[in-house]
Amino acid sequence: MSSTVSSARGLGLRINIVGAIGAAIILFWVAVAILAPLIAPYPVGKIVAFDYFQPMSSSFWMGTDYLGRDMLSRIMMGARYTVGISLAGVTLACFLGVTLGMIAAVVGGWFDLILSRFLDAFNSIPSLLFGLVIVAGVGSSLTVLIVTLALIYAPGSYRFARALAVNVNAMDFVTVARVRGEGIVYMVREEIFPNIIGPVLADFGLRFVFIVLLLSGLSFLGLGVQPPQADWGALVRENLDGLSYGAPAVVFPSLAIASLTISVNMLIDNLPYRIRDRGE
Amino acid sequence: MNAVVARLVVQRLGIMLISLLIVAFAVFFATEMLPGDVAQILLGQSATPQAVAALRTAMHLDQPAILRFVYWLGGLVSGDLGRSYANNMDVAALISGRLTNSLQLAGVTTLFSVPIALCLGITAAMFRGSLYDRIVSIVTVSVISIPEFMVATVAVLVFAVYLRWLPALSIADQVHGIGELLRIYAMPVITLSFVVSAQMIRMTRAAVIDTLNTPYVEMALLKGASRRRMVLSHALPNALGPIANAVALSLSYLLGGVIIVETIFNYPGVAKLMVDAVSTRDLPLIQSCAMIFCVCYLLLILIADVIAIISNPRLRNR
Repeated sequence: MSSTVSSARGLGLRINIVGAIGAAIILFWVAVAILAPLIAPYPVGKIVAFDYFQPMSSSFWMGTDYLGRDMLSRIMMGARYTVGISLAGVTLACFLGVTLGMIAAVVGGWFDLILSRFLDAFNSIPSLLFGLVIVAGVGSSLTVLIVTLALIYAPGSYRFARALAVNVNAMDFVTVARVRGEGIVYMVREEIFPNIIGPVLADFGLRFVFIVLLLSGLSFLGLGVQPPQADWGALVRENLDGLSYGAPAVVFPSLAIASLTISVNMLIDNLPYRIRDRGE
Repeated sequence: MNAVVARLVVQRLGIMLISLLIVAFAVFFATEMLPGDVAQILLGQSATPQAVAALRTAMHLDQPAILRFVYWLGGLVSGDLGRSYANNMDVAALISGRLTNSLQLAGVTTLFSVPIALCLGITAAMFRGSLYDRIVSIVTVSVISIPEFMVATVAVLVFAVYLRWLPALSIADQVHGIGELLRIYAMPVITLSFVVSAQMIRMTRAAVIDTLNTPYVEMALLKGASRRRMVLSHALPNALGPIANAVALSLSYLLGGVIIVETIFNYPGVAKLMVDAVSTRDLPLIQSCAMIFCVCYLLLILIADVIAIISNPRLRNR
């Protein structure tokens, strides 16, 4: 059981074609996010065309936006915000949730009970609403966004990790370690975590999708990434007036979000059985 | 047995109230953390210090936050939602009209989406593994994993731009005649129905398939019952509880959808009111709207729980 990490990697190679396509699209967007300033054909904030909402053409592959800026360049930079913020948010959420979940499972008792009840209650606030309230109170900045997204999705991650950890916690080798007198940190790091990492990674992916959707939703409402920067949700919002003409400036950012979220789902649904299903 | 059910329902109600209290706490403190003096902001730069001090006392701003939380909570319970900062109207008056609009939207959506979703979900489970099932599954997963505003965007592109059946984003506050009413509702309802149905189809399908895996359905299969008979008369009656649970749970997705849909179609409901309040930083209005949404959400989840308890006797003696 202790070699789960390496065996997961070994299994990961034997992935079917749909999962591979999903992985390829994800890698593509990550690469675009990293390389955006180098490969964008035009400066991002610069007005390059005289006409707004231009259709697709050889010089502007995805048309132009409501000010006549190149859409392709803006979507490339948008990838940075959407992928970057979501990744940071989901990492923080899963780190908090999984750590607390494992500790709660190992410690048990009152600590577990109170934390679980509290986080369950937290979980019962609709996510978009919670985001709205926090952004209304504190204002929107990249840090606030990342922390808010993490706070919204940490309780779910906690619940998931705790359920897994409780099962592992009942196993003999954990009892042995406890009898040996190991501390909480050792138990969590050496005994529990290696045995739940597969499902936790799958959960990480799903939560990433939720966070991308929520971030896009917030930006769409004008409360996420603030102009002049724009993530994909904000790009849709900016160009919403072009919807009536069917302008590509509205369609392409939406397609970008959909391609990212659907490919993450495709990847997770086609992960090797052993990684995915131990959680259920 | 009814006493057991009643006790469980009361217990769930208690849990819901505790959740609501924690939610209220979170909502209040998230919005009260604002930097700056509300009284100063309300009265403007030219206000005299005496006027600011008087308003601070009147609004209990000179008291500790926890006391203000208690005052606010007391107000909520007794129906006094406070006054809007932006236009100095009673929040209750602002919300009441909008709430009916939102509830109408939600109601019409429910009427449309529930029958469609149930049919699709049950038939997909009936022909599990067929091409039909796969298409339904792929479409529902796709709809779930794209943002709500994209569903709306696609709906507008299809129905307004290419087919030209419906107006794009122009929705008037005043309605004349039934035709116009239908046209106004059509786009938001189509969008919301898509979002909610996708969840409902998936959960319904899962619930029916769960019962299909039970020994008594296998028995029906072995004795030579047709697929239709197996699903409709053996599996379905036992899946009704989980399905009703699934319906209530997926209706809670209406809330997220409603916020986006009301904004994109400029529909005069509570969600639009709240988004506008966020941009003007009208805290009492935001707090009240948030609480209304949370109450609706928790109620739907409570209904789902109660249905699950009533329909499954095994859940009763825990």
